[in-house]
Amino acid sequence: MKENMEKEIRLMKGNEALAEAAIRAGMDAYFGYPITPQSEILEYLEEQSPKRNCVVLQTESELASINMIYGAAGAGARVMTSSSSPGISLMQEGISYIAAAELPCLLVNVVRGGPGLGTIQPSQGDYFQAVKGGGHGDYRLIVLAPATVQEMVDFVFEGFRLAEKYRNPALILADGALGQMMEKVELPAEGSLPKVVPAWATTGKTKDRERNVITTLHIQPEEMEAMNLRLEKKYAEMQCEVRYEEINTSDAEIILVAFGLSARISQKACDLAREKGIKAGIIRPMTLFPYPSNILAELAEKIDAFLVVEMNAGQMVEDVRLAVNGKVPVHFKGRKGGMIPTPEEILVEIEKIVIPKQVLQD
Amino acid sequence: MKENQNLDDMEIVFQKTEALTELNFHYCPGCGHGVAHRLLMEVVEEMGITEDTIGVAPVGCSVFAYQYMNIDMQEAAHGRATAVATGIKRVLPDKYVFTYQGDGDLAAIGTAETIHTVNRGENILIMFINNAIYGMTGGQMAPTTLEGMVTSTCPYGRDVKHVGSPLKMSDLVAQLGGACYVTRHIVHTPNGVRKLKKAIKNAFEYQKQKLGTSLIEVVTNCPSGWKLTPRETIDFIEEKMLPIYPLGDLKVPTNISKN
Repeated sequence: MKENMEKEIRLMKGNEALAEAAIRAGMDAYFGYPITPQSEILEYLEEQSPKRNCVVLQTESELASINMIYGAAGAGARVMTSSSSPGISLMQEGISYIAAAELPCLLVNVVRGGPGLGTIQPSQGDYFQAVKGGGHGDYRLIVLAPATVQEMVDFVFEGFRLAEKYRNPALILADGALGQMMEKVELPAEGSLPKVVPAWATTGKTKDRERNVITTLHIQPEEMEAMNLRLEKKYAEMQCEVRYEEINTSDAEIILVAFGLSARISQKACDLAREKGIKAGIIRPMTLFPYPSNILAELAEKIDAFLVVEMNAGQMVEDVRLAVNGKVPVHFKGRKGGMIPTPEEILVEIEKIVIPKQVLQD
Repeated sequence: MKENQNLDDMEIVFQKTEALTELNFHYCPGCGHGVAHRLLMEVVEEMGITEDTIGVAPVGCSVFAYQYMNIDMQEAAHGRATAVATGIKRVLPDKYVFTYQGDGDLAAIGTAETIHTVNRGENILIMFINNAIYGMTGGQMAPTTLEGMVTSTCPYGRDVKHVGSPLKMSDLVAQLGGACYVTRHIVHTPNGVRKLKKAIKNAFEYQKQKLGTSLIEVVTNCPSGWKLTPRETIDFIEEKMLPIYPLGDLKVPTNISKN
């Protein structure tokens, strides 16, 4: 029997909040394989599945998961899979096919430190993979970067909405800490995200329409190029979906650029800097594709320097440098391997870049 | 010479099923794919389930199966057809779903998906075309290539000490709890064609009754890859293939409803 959930406030772990949000967002099916630090998503959904009218299947591999996503999305269902870094790597072939077949779906990467088997501790080391196209061929994912458990919920709804609007896979790029931490969340009411079975779905060819075919094969290069051009146009149209948070930028001399967990820590570092008289601000990209390049280019005209803070060896910093285009220095502070930077060590970096005003006055 | 007969007076004794499109098959002369395609789609049409059937095409020679089968189709990545079919079937449990896959697709790169799909007992039909070679890429060794058989990647004949023995996928999956119906057939004799068509019909009936996974293996040829004439390939099937891949049922359902 199906329970319809009303809007409510709960204290929840990031992974479980995301899973609950997916059911409330009208997810028809989830296919997943256990991997730390996100196994609670599969566990939560398996437990809820019988009473919530949602197909949940533990698969034999991430490879199987992503191809079940392809099949179910092609059949018109609202579908999601989740994994962590090594599992997402294994899915890349299927993600490329899904992007090529223009099937909407939601992917979740609760990132852990790598490369290789790496560590189960939180990381942002999969930025390149998420944003630049981790599989083969020219394609893009819509990439959302939550910084709170609330955004783990909100971005599920936003991810499904954008995926269906653009017929494109959307990816939530979280990290192990966001997956494991508990925070207060407001859960939207079930059924608040409208759903229609798309006309292109393979639901069985009725007499009133042509048959539907989901394929990614365009053997004639002219056809393939036309397909590439169409995808390129679609990705350009996505630019209007750029979202970012701007904190204390109006009088800033230095701006920190950080996403997800790094942004939360950077905010504390900025507060410490302001206590010392350094006018620090933050740009927190909430969409990593499309990327908020324009605001960074605008701010580059007004400020002295950027400091990019990431939990990796320096990945998003390349996109900041592209946006800033050499106008002001773009510095980088990163912790790697599952280590999380402290506000204090970020402050040290800020102070290396900006000479505090008090010092000048002395 | 007979006078011109009025066409309207002539009785149609055979015509192409409407469940196939008007497109000409791209398959090589003598290849078994065409017959297998036709039988599958004839059954779909005769059972009146064209509106309720969704097919999954593989990677390999039959990658373009979706151009010929006049129903809703999805084209899967190499080896992943049964995972794609699982996705479709799980969200559309009352539709008929089949995959159409070759030996490389199903028994090499897609082994894990095949085994686990059957083990879960997904209510789908797997059409398994075994021609003991990779046709599309130009005649390389397949998991089902016979011992001693020459291909472009085993030019001295398949050495089982080096690359293992021919993989008997149907025998393997027949052991699994989710397997409902596993049977092996041919398309190069009239009797074989009749039996295969009956088997396909059985499989869809079992799917309707949700009895588990059906896998139908078709032992067939590849004149281009085997570098034999179509006539010679038939001898090769009879003399070399069938002793290794014997015809008949490997598993039949025990709990069939009579209705």
